[in-house]
Amino acid sequence: MRLTGAQALIKSLEMQGTEVVFGLPGGAILPVYDPLIDSPIRHILVRHEQGAGHMAEGYAQATNRPGVAIVTSGPAATNIVTPLANAYMDSVPIVVITGQVATTSIGTDAFQEADTTGITMSITKHNWLVKDASEIPRIIAEAFHVATTGRPGPVLVDLPKDVSNQMMDWYWPTSIDLPGYRPTIKGHPRSVAAAAKMIKQARRPILYVGGGVIRSKATEALGALVAKTNIPVVTTLMARGAFPDDHPLCLGMPGMHGNYTAITSMQKSDLLITLGARFDDRVTGKVSGFAPEAKIIHVDIDPAELGKVRKADIPIVGDVRLVIEDLIEALDKGEAGEQVQEDLSAWIAQIREWQDKFPLRYEKDPTDGTLKPQFVVETLSSLAPPGTILASGVGQHQMWGSQYWRFNDPNTWINSGGLGTMGFAIPGAIGAKVGRPDKMVWAVDGDGCFQMTAQELVTAASERIPVKIALLNNAYLGMVRQWQEMFYDERYSEVYLSPDLPDYVKWAEAMGCVALRVESPEEVAPAIEKANEINDRPVVVEFRTDSREKVFPMVASGATNDQVDLGPLFGGDL
Amino acid sequence: MTSFGTSVIPMSMPGGKNTSGVSHHVLSVLVENKAGVLARVAQLFSRRGYNIYSLAVAPTDDENFSRLTVVVDLESATLEQITKQLHKLINVIKITEINPLEAVQQELLLAIVSTDAQSRSQILELADIFGAKVLDVGLERLTLALADSPEKLDDFTELIKGFGIVEIQRTGRVALAKLSRSGSRSGITKGKAS
Repeated sequence: MRLTGAQALIKSLEMQGTEVVFGLPGGAILPVYDPLIDSPIRHILVRHEQGAGHMAEGYAQATNRPGVAIVTSGPAATNIVTPLANAYMDSVPIVVITGQVATTSIGTDAFQEADTTGITMSITKHNWLVKDASEIPRIIAEAFHVATTGRPGPVLVDLPKDVSNQMMDWYWPTSIDLPGYRPTIKGHPRSVAAAAKMIKQARRPILYVGGGVIRSKATEALGALVAKTNIPVVTTLMARGAFPDDHPLCLGMPGMHGNYTAITSMQKSDLLITLGARFDDRVTGKVSGFAPEAKIIHVDIDPAELGKVRKADIPIVGDVRLVIEDLIEALDKGEAGEQVQEDLSAWIAQIREWQDKFPLRYEKDPTDGTLKPQFVVETLSSLAPPGTILASGVGQHQMWGSQYWRFNDPNTWINSGGLGTMGFAIPGAIGAKVGRPDKMVWAVDGDGCFQMTAQELVTAASERIPVKIALLNNAYLGMVRQWQEMFYDERYSEVYLSPDLPDYVKWAEAMGCVALRVESPEEVAPAIEKANEINDRPVVVEFRTDSREKVFPMVASGATNDQVDLGPLFGGDL
Repeated sequence: MTSFGTSVIPMSMPGGKNTSGVSHHVLSVLVENKAGVLARVAQLFSRRGYNIYSLAVAPTDDENFSRLTVVVDLESATLEQITKQLHKLINVIKITEINPLEAVQQELLLAIVSTDAQSRSQILELADIFGAKVLDVGLERLTLALADSPEKLDDFTELIKGFGIVEIQRTGRVALAKLSRSGSRSGITKGKAS
């Protein structure tokens, strides 16, 4: 069968089971958009290429399947750089196809030419510049393989226009030949046995669970491990939902804005069983003072994470799900099997005491009648049907989202953790809703973030993707404001955004959304209930929240996790 | 990556350190012979904040592969990290850390030295002692070539400096593990992972 390169690309995507692509056409990618008309693949026309990338990420995070974006060359490729960097940091499998100028024009500074593979080299797991149409099926097969196996991540395929037009003989590769890419999947049995023994001997163990548990679909295995060992779990920002918040042994989020118990239980632990987490600086605080008495078991599929920040006593390279399963078996075998697990009741009693004394707290009935953002998130969570997906931007609202939403299912928290990309929420939510049309999708967003990517609500309206946006409008770049208040003597520099410029209700309506405005606590629940009933178009609910509200607890930058600032409701530092 | 004039290239012992507190490690990296691979390796070093001290690249006997010999300046604690990061590059097949004590190392030096009637014979004598070849002869200049261990090149450079070096170029070094005489293997070969 003779096909053009463009036809081969679309057919290759179909072979990979691609149902939907997010994109925006342009000059160099024009040939690809023609066969797309005849393909069953759904194309979602975004309003900015950054939106296409984040939608692909939201789709991937919600479904555990690779998200696909197609954009043209030059500025389109550079516009999708941010989502690539974001996906690289958060290990999100996305495949980005970029158009490129014709091979004969590469290097001549042609119109809309950019060195896309060069620019994206350090923010992709791998990228390819296609030189001949016959390479397309092989490269697409390799691209999906690399994106979705090992530590997942973004890949990019740069496709010159003349290659898209070139004729080729269709084939589909029966195997992948990448001699330099063989991820280690299975943990070393001896290390797993040693880990099992260490777990039995620990008196103050904590399961430090990261996003890798969600990526490797290890949540069931994790549940079984907890059931067997009774070890409490902290779920990092990337792992919210990996273990249900409703479980009594779930301690919630650790780190800079984690709750006191999650932070302190790690800090006082004698064994951190680290599963698919990477000792991020937002989790550890000052590394030299982090969990000083803890031994470390570190399980990760990426060997480079082991020992990168904190030396592991037992490093295990492998797929987290498989290693947990092996670990559960190893607990009953060999030396570990002969040992009786240490009694954890004193440890758990200590944890309960912390939970009782230092819960998450905010002013429930403020005398001035202002609307507290935490109350909005709490109400949203309580009124959302089970399994609702929450997407988020980056900043205060993200932390409140993570703190006050009850996460009980994996793949229900779609956020930008590592890169901290403002504006992620709206396209992230749209991608998630496209991937999981059966689920309600809310986004919690800030006014700063909203203004970065709001145009994608036009995409959502025109494509009938009924996402719901809870816009926490505090008229400020709130997190920056918080730092300026706390660390720069309340000298507010360029953080004020205004509550009513733009008029968010008018703007949302102009974009084809239903828009509601909420200014007092009594209006919160009715507005959310109303939004929950709308299922044929996007909804924006603007909540005018108290701009003075800060995120607590907080471990200041550079401090150790022993110095948790619980905020004014607890009388400050502990 | 070429060094001009100053020949101060302290050769560290394995695990030892030179005066500036960094160690030299030799990594022999087998990569796929594809466009852009060198850029990927070089960018990885720069992106992670590691300094390449010298670099030599050439295809192997199998034209599908190239070998990079990278001499890196770093603390030994970070060597493991850079090796692991290098392994993550899809085009990297195998990395061997070569222990300088258990390896033969060679580097090529080309130097243009100024001469006059008096110094010419002295320079030629030095060249003879070191086994350097005369590649080119001008009225007031000589071009010499010396292929030897980096230490010998340092010594040679030091000695010809007195005559006036017009220009000097060195390649990065290439290295191979010493042949086994006792059955013990040299170098550490690490497995490939994601």
